Amino acid sequence: MDPLLAQSVTQPGVDWHALAPELVMASAACIVLVADLFLPRNSRWIAMPLSAAGIIGTLAAVVSLIGTETTTLAGTFEVDVFSLLFKALFCVLGLIILAISFHYFRGGSYYQGEYYFLLLCSLFGGLVIASARDLISLFIALELISIPGIVMVALRKGDARSNEGALKFFLFSVLSSAVMLYGMSLVYGLTGSTLLAEISSSIEASDQPIIVLSVFFVVVGFAFKISAVPFHFWAPDTYEGAPSPVAAFLSTASKIGGFVGLLVLMFKAFPTVADTWAPVFGVLAALTMTVGNLIALRQQQVIRLLAYSGIAQSGYILVCLALISPNPGDQAANEQAFAAAVIYLAIYGIMDLGAFAAAVAFARRGGTYFISDYAGLWQRSPQLALLFGGFLISLAGAPPMAGLIAKLFVFAATIEAGVYWLAIVMGVNTVIAAWYYLAVIKKMFFETPEIDEPVEVPYLMTAAMGLATAVLVGLLIYPALLIDLADRSIF
Amino acid sequence: MSWVDDWGLSLATFLPALGVLVLMFLPNRESLLKITGTAFAGLALVAGIISAVRFDYGASDQIQLEVNSTWIESIGARYHVGVDGMSLPLLLLSLLVCFLCMIYMWWHIPAPGKTKALFALVLLLETGMNGTFVALDLILFFIFFELVLVPMYFMIGIWGGPNRDYASVKFFLYTLFGSIFMLLGFLALWINSGNETFDMIALRDTTGNASELFQNLVFLGLFLGFAIKVPMWPFHTWLPDAHTEAPTVGSVLLAAVLLKMGTYGFIRIALPILPDAAVTFAPLIGILAVIGIIWGSLCCFAQTDLKRLIAFSSVGHMGFVMLGIATLTDTGINGAVFGMVAHGLITGMLFFLAGSIHERYHTREIAELGGVLKQIPRFGTVFSFAAIASLGLPGLAGFWGEMLALLGAYQPAPGLNVELFRVLMVIGGIGTVLTAGYLLWTVQRVNLGTVPDKFAAGKGIFDVERLEWTAWTPLLLLIVVAGFYPALLTNVTADAVGTLAGIFGA
Repeated sequence: MDPLLAQSVTQPGVDWHALAPELVMASAACIVLVADLFLPRNSRWIAMPLSAAGIIGTLAAVVSLIGTETTTLAGTFEVDVFSLLFKALFCVLGLIILAISFHYFRGGSYYQGEYYFLLLCSLFGGLVIASARDLISLFIALELISIPGIVMVALRKGDARSNEGALKFFLFSVLSSAVMLYGMSLVYGLTGSTLLAEISSSIEASDQPIIVLSVFFVVVGFAFKISAVPFHFWAPDTYEGAPSPVAAFLSTASKIGGFVGLLVLMFKAFPTVADTWAPVFGVLAALTMTVGNLIALRQQQVIRLLAYSGIAQSGYILVCLALISPNPGDQAANEQAFAAAVIYLAIYGIMDLGAFAAAVAFARRGGTYFISDYAGLWQRSPQLALLFGGFLISLAGAPPMAGLIAKLFVFAATIEAGVYWLAIVMGVNTVIAAWYYLAVIKKMFFETPEIDEPVEVPYLMTAAMGLATAVLVGLLIYPALLIDLADRSIF
Repeated sequence: MSWVDDWGLSLATFLPALGVLVLMFLPNRESLLKITGTAFAGLALVAGIISAVRFDYGASDQIQLEVNSTWIESIGARYHVGVDGMSLPLLLLSLLVCFLCMIYMWWHIPAPGKTKALFALVLLLETGMNGTFVALDLILFFIFFELVLVPMYFMIGIWGGPNRDYASVKFFLYTLFGSIFMLLGFLALWINSGNETFDMIALRDTTGNASELFQNLVFLGLFLGFAIKVPMWPFHTWLPDAHTEAPTVGSVLLAAVLLKMGTYGFIRIALPILPDAAVTFAPLIGILAVIGIIWGSLCCFAQTDLKRLIAFSSVGHMGFVMLGIATLTDTGINGAVFGMVAHGLITGMLFFLAGSIHERYHTREIAELGGVLKQIPRFGTVFSFAAIASLGLPGLAGFWGEMLALLGAYQPAPGLNVELFRVLMVIGGIGTVLTAGYLLWTVQRVNLGTVPDKFAAGKGIFDVERLEWTAWTPLLLLIVVAGFYPALLTNVTADAVGTLAGIFGA
């Protein structure tokens, strides 16, 4: 070989163990796709247990990595507490989504194998994004999460709303990717590196306005992905049109993936210019929670209600990003804010997915998503009403579930950083949000049903929701379980 | 028995929560559910009584039966519980009233039934209430303080009267609104403490150097949370709605225990941690308290619904408690704690009676009732007794709280405007006359006179039942005992209150 070439292109070392979760997940996706080809039509449902086995295998790989702190692929891929925590979260959310999906997709005339394949691909993107430490892998991971999502939204082919939702999602996704890529290319042009760590160190030296502009483009791109106001328009229509388990996926795992990417990028690449972007996040956060909540007040339909409430919840997470300051003296406050974001994401993922699960369970047999149809659900199906009510109470931030802990930590971080106006905005929003969560609870518990027919919920879904409830109650009683992890995941 | 010192309070707090869990998995057999629910409330009461026995009354100003262990290490929140002379009576009140409510529910489950859910909610509520009175960590306190919202919301919403939707949501949102500002205040104290602690005792030494503005703002936050819970005028509007719509046990627990969480918050948290701001705010609190007394009493004259009348009387009585606290004196705060316990016993009793009247006459409209004493003499006697206790007749529990509060206002703590508080005392005194007026008028309209024609047949109108006696006798006895021998309670509270009042130099 030409000695010059051998010198300039060095083969990056690969730590296969560090990549194990991704490898298992990717293999599982391929196996599901191939297996689907050979399965007879009436046993295509086997794709779901296969996928579950794949996710459990991935989870095992994640567990085997506990305690490892390493980078591989020339520093573009990092395994640390942060990435392992989110990989585990994606696996858990993935399992719950499988439990929600099983009966839904088995019942309708869907392409089951394709759906599970796409879902695993998206989760694969989530695994990668938690570890991605350069612009290119970050971008690819983000696209890996969203592009299968677009196809999944369109799975209800016969339904115009499904097509509309997918098209909107597609257009906004592509647009946001373009904006983000443009920002990233500017960053690369300025710093000469795609590695986040190197970007961070070379930005320190320069403070050109172009940096501000490029960071701004990247932020706008992410704002689309996580449906922050005013870039949220696609979300409710897309969620409504999508098969409901897909909406559940988009609102939780997919959105959390976006947030993970955002956290990695902001804290790894741009911490030194936080004074330029933190106020932007402050405005985004205030807008997102207020507008999300105000529109949610008027919703008649549960999936749309959850979509808007999810937007509002994103606002609380964005608050954490608004608290960051580049001043070395504020290190403790920054860490508090980061930990708060991690805690909120984890708890939000479980409780919001639980709420979606309950909505899907209710609508499974000819039911609808209109809130008025939930009247007296408690008398028809006490278990389902209790589980759903619990998740809503948790989203509202009241005990006896962990939603309160999530809000508590964001409030604490806000006060510690001294951004009092955001604390007040968040406080008022918490009360507004309680109103519409209570409205659904009121329907379920305080009104009498028009039909007495019980709502049958498959055991699988009840088990998934029960498990989520147990986790949420457990995290209120002993939050240290999650909080220690969040503290150790601080970059 | 020394393990009780470590576990007694936690058992009293969490046994009811364990009961909720057990109830959830029991089959839907009425008697089994009732026995289990009552057993858990009873066990909690036993744990509380044993704790009270182990309590050293010679050192009641000290936190006792303390447990302080790691909980959420990263923010310094700890599982810190304990009681002193101020909180022990309230804890026992909560335990007793919850247990009596359980017994009362043997007698009657309001429509639409659902025994399991109702017992579970009362138990969950009990955990929140007991926890509030034993918590010595602000975050722990906050969680327990919030924990009562959900069960009470469901109780009003499911078993409530015709207007229950409105009342339950109003209760929830109003209280949530207040507690968020309270939480912000807690967090501000936490940041200000420097070493990041939420410990109520440790925080007392950390606010001295903070700016006056900071102290006042934090006090305002806490004030919003507690004043809404009390409730003080003008934040009281959720109370009559909640009380009127709630089922009997809901009203009883709301009046007897829930409201005390607000006043307790003032004397446990706001006053000792922010004494300077307390002196600044005391005149405002005093004025609002007295407005509450007069307003509540006047509103009582205008009520046609018996339950709503008792609810407004609560606004007045809690006004006396707040007036006692606002004086920042030994006498006044002792009166306040006495008033809390007395109001818990008496108003709890009155709500039981209002509920039982509704069960018999299927109405609570005062105008439709009459001659109760003639028709069911024992019931009528109990009703007169409770009403007279409520108006503060000397010799019964209601007297001492009001008397001591007014006495405290005569000579408020140094730094407070003596003239203002004497004026408040006089107006409060007028309030006692008004209170006597509306209660006697109510007794006259309900108990005396002739039996209305539609009830003359007496169908379904029976005298006090055995289960009712069981639930009520402890309350009636305690009202008499506390009235004749107030030292029973003041001996417990005096040292702790003395230490608190000592901060204000009185």
